[in-house]
Amino acid sequence: MKRALAKITGEICKKFGNDPTRMMDIAMAVQERFGCVSPEAMDEIARAVNSHRVEVESLVTFYGFLSVKPQGKVVIRLCRDIIDWMKGYESVADAMSRELGVSMGETTPDGAITLTHAPCIGMSDQAPAALVNEVVVTHLTPERGRQLVRDLRRHLDPQQLVTMVGDGNNDHPLVRSMVRNNIRMRGPVHFADFEPGSGLRRALTLKPMDVIREIKESRLRGRGGAGFPAGLKWEMAANAPGGKRYVICNADEGEPGTFKDRVLLTECTGQLLEGMAIAGYAVGSDTGIIYLRGEYRYLLPYLESVIEERLRRGFLGRDILGKKGFRFDVRVQMGAGAYICGEETALISSCEGLPGVPKNRPPFPPQQGYLGCPTIVNNVETLCCVSRILLEGAAWFASMGSPRTTGTKVLSICGDCRKPGVYEVPFGISARELIEMSEAENTGTMLIGGPCRQMIGSERFGGRICYDDLATGGAILIFNRARNKLEIAEHYLDFFIEESCGHCTPCRVGLILLKKAVHKVIEGAGEPSDLAEMRDLSNFIIRMSRCGLGQAAPNPVLGALEIFGDLSAGFVAERKPGLLPEFDLSKAVIDAEMRVGRQSKIV
Amino acid sequence: MKTVTFTIDGKIVRADKGQTILKAAEAAGIYIPRLCACKDLVPHGSCRVCSVRVNGRIQASCVQTAAEGAIVESETDELREYRRNIIDMLFVEGNHFCMFCEKSGFCELQALAYRFGITAPKYRLLYPKRDIDLSHPEVYLDHNRCILCGRCVRASQDLDRKNVFQFVERGCRKRLQVNGEALSDTDLRAADQAVSACPVGALMRKRVGYAVPVGRRPYDEVPIGRDIEKKGEE
Amino acid sequence: MAAKPRIATVSLAGCFGCHMSLLDLDERILKLAELVEFDRSPINDYKDFRARCAVGVVEGGCCTEENVHVLERFRKQCDLLVSIGECAISGGIPAMRNNIPLRECLEEAYLKSPGVYNPGGVIPNDPEIPLLLHRLYPCHEVVKIDLFIPGCPPPADAIWDALVSLLAGRPAAPAYDRLKYD
Repeated sequence: MKRALAKITGEICKKFGNDPTRMMDIAMAVQERFGCVSPEAMDEIARAVNSHRVEVESLVTFYGFLSVKPQGKVVIRLCRDIIDWMKGYESVADAMSRELGVSMGETTPDGAITLTHAPCIGMSDQAPAALVNEVVVTHLTPERGRQLVRDLRRHLDPQQLVTMVGDGNNDHPLVRSMVRNNIRMRGPVHFADFEPGSGLRRALTLKPMDVIREIKESRLRGRGGAGFPAGLKWEMAANAPGGKRYVICNADEGEPGTFKDRVLLTECTGQLLEGMAIAGYAVGSDTGIIYLRGEYRYLLPYLESVIEERLRRGFLGRDILGKKGFRFDVRVQMGAGAYICGEETALISSCEGLPGVPKNRPPFPPQQGYLGCPTIVNNVETLCCVSRILLEGAAWFASMGSPRTTGTKVLSICGDCRKPGVYEVPFGISARELIEMSEAENTGTMLIGGPCRQMIGSERFGGRICYDDLATGGAILIFNRARNKLEIAEHYLDFFIEESCGHCTPCRVGLILLKKAVHKVIEGAGEPSDLAEMRDLSNFIIRMSRCGLGQAAPNPVLGALEIFGDLSAGFVAERKPGLLPEFDLSKAVIDAEMRVGRQSKIV
Repeated sequence: MKTVTFTIDGKIVRADKGQTILKAAEAAGIYIPRLCACKDLVPHGSCRVCSVRVNGRIQASCVQTAAEGAIVESETDELREYRRNIIDMLFVEGNHFCMFCEKSGFCELQALAYRFGITAPKYRLLYPKRDIDLSHPEVYLDHNRCILCGRCVRASQDLDRKNVFQFVERGCRKRLQVNGEALSDTDLRAADQAVSACPVGALMRKRVGYAVPVGRRPYDEVPIGRDIEKKGEE
Repeated sequence: MAAKPRIATVSLAGCFGCHMSLLDLDERILKLAELVEFDRSPINDYKDFRARCAVGVVEGGCCTEENVHVLERFRKQCDLLVSIGECAISGGIPAMRNNIPLRECLEEAYLKSPGVYNPGGVIPNDPEIPLLLHRLYPCHEVVKIDLFIPGCPPPADAIWDALVSLLAGRPAAPAYDRLKYD
């Protein structure tokens, strides 16, 4: 057994050229084969790629989908995002847990099935949802959960759970998924017809610097949320000293409540790959990497088939569309369950076979990115925009949207609304219009851009979706008036605590302390000074954290505090001298009471 | 070599091009508190104690290079409070029992807390459950005291040319790990720079504790950073 | 002449080391006695308060229900409450059990630990024995604390400085060489 492990692990490493920068792929392949990356396997990998076991362990323990300990043949990851909670996560989790006879995080005694949870898996419009190995199951109910477990026990084949397939390419033989696109509004950039090769053909008639000029004139800004001007980023990379350059597509959409890239990856795959090739031509790169989040593994065979097809048709590979010397190849790098990898430098770390820890900046990726080479990292939607801009022209693109935020935006709307799904809308649309479009009622709060952006109350529903007002990478979460804003904030703090890389102190420790402070107020033990302390701590974490995660994580708390206003009266109060309200003597002695069988006399 | 000129709290400082703000400040006799930064080691930018405002934006001075004309603020009320917060957070995150720790009086975390006049942690203590690795004949590793500064990780890789340590897990579960099942599996030696690089009592040589009497230890009378500040006064 | 301010002291889950340090004031203890009237304290062995106090000094954290009861009483009877020493401030040695379940602590102490002679396997449970809390709580997690004097124990000079400045109504930050955690 041990020799078999050594042999097969060695073969896997060899397949990836014994290259330590491909450690992600190696670890995932080993896990797929053996169900985990055991200490013995880590030793073997370290030996083969000339690294150290602790480096392999560092990688394996960082990612949610990799495991040192054996897992079941089938791993059920129930999505635990707040939208799934609202749609019944708890009762589904309870039903599945009972049916399996194990608690969350455990494996059945026969080693067949592991039940665990995952942060947002990008299915908030069809929640509650789960990943069963890489197969997505949606619209779960307790009954369906029980049935799913019974079926799995019988055949242990997740693919057999898919009885009804979704629309569009979800029906493609290489996808065969029950996921639905739920495209509610088709706009001109992404959902109009796109003739493969048309944008690329136009680009190749221009000089690379003119392609960059075209993108600059379109005033295209990054669709991932930060809104950095795409043309400027390309120009920096094109001008940076160095030979090899890289184009990376960030398909690691992990922001809770976002799922628009999933739909673009399913339906606009060609347009995306075309955008990457155009970017490669513009910045002088011959290599593209799509960093695909582990949750979207079910799309991998299809993506690879589209890459193959485009190679055959001359849209990728050597001498693209007859242009001598222009070569561009694309590979897909799978992620393995880490929200932080949506941050571009963490994503680069991950592509390099490292834990997804952000890098110190400067240098910025366009100067020194992947393997130290100039690298542009663009969101899926940004790259899709690129193809359309080259086809239709910068002026056409810039004529849409608001003056400083041009074009359209693909939004994923979910939560307390009747029509969750994907909407391509012109920038400048108001939050209120989104509420109406998605047929939401009694809306109390919205998270614009997901928890990493801002929570707004009704007084700001007139605000507009654009980089100067309500900026968003695509997530729009809607909550009705009955939802407790502080509880929403606390839920997302749990998420950020789980997903923090832990590198810097303010984020690693500060978020835990902030969660405790929020919880204290929710429990009714707060004092007016606690609200001020929560605000101070939030600002500290935002200002002192090293990367975008910590700099954004307290936003829901600040949003809730702002909307909180007069509500706070019920939660916080001045206290008389005596025991602090958060100190609960009866809880503190309960262990002892159980142990000795008598009651405290002073509680 | 090209130089740049900038200011720290109004004082004019010259730096070699590419030098970090922290190092330029140090050469000019200005002490910016720090924990994960350490002489001869590649900066890590993790503890954030050395944060300063550079042209209005908060940056870690150990990784930020000095730029011509930059206006750097260090000793402001805001930054003093934020640095204090970090020190407090590191105290409550681990289990720091100074009263019996051999590093007491030599410990940089403790010394910073003294320098900031901290009498009690501002936050609730978390009392985590952590292990102690006593397997090695010469050195022990007490995770209770580890502040995840990564100094041993870098010293082992870059100075000792070994690879004894690395971080594993993430977020609040992040912890130091050794290259093997336990410290005794590794090629660590007591004389390695990785051991002496530890600013706290996490990585300690065995059987040499308490050698200096209380009152004569480095930080008993003199605050940390005073040596750097003295250079500035000369 | 106005009545002298009253001061009370107590040791909860501590070792009385902080009280020893208080006695270590040497001849200044007489000066202190001129400045204040000692109310409830192990120094005079008064078991309960005689009057409301200006200052309460608490050594040790809370590890039993009785500690909590006494601390609550101190909070109600004293205008200002001072946590003195590491145990009161951060738990100290008694807090080393804080990440071990209570059952394991009791079994280790009374049944398993080397040198234990307990043929009946009894864990003491007299109704007179106060119940243990599931973990040790520093004082400021139980009641509001106004001033902290760290150290294990705090140097007598640190105690003197803190008390004198507090009684004068202007609590001052401790001098560098008097601020100690060990």
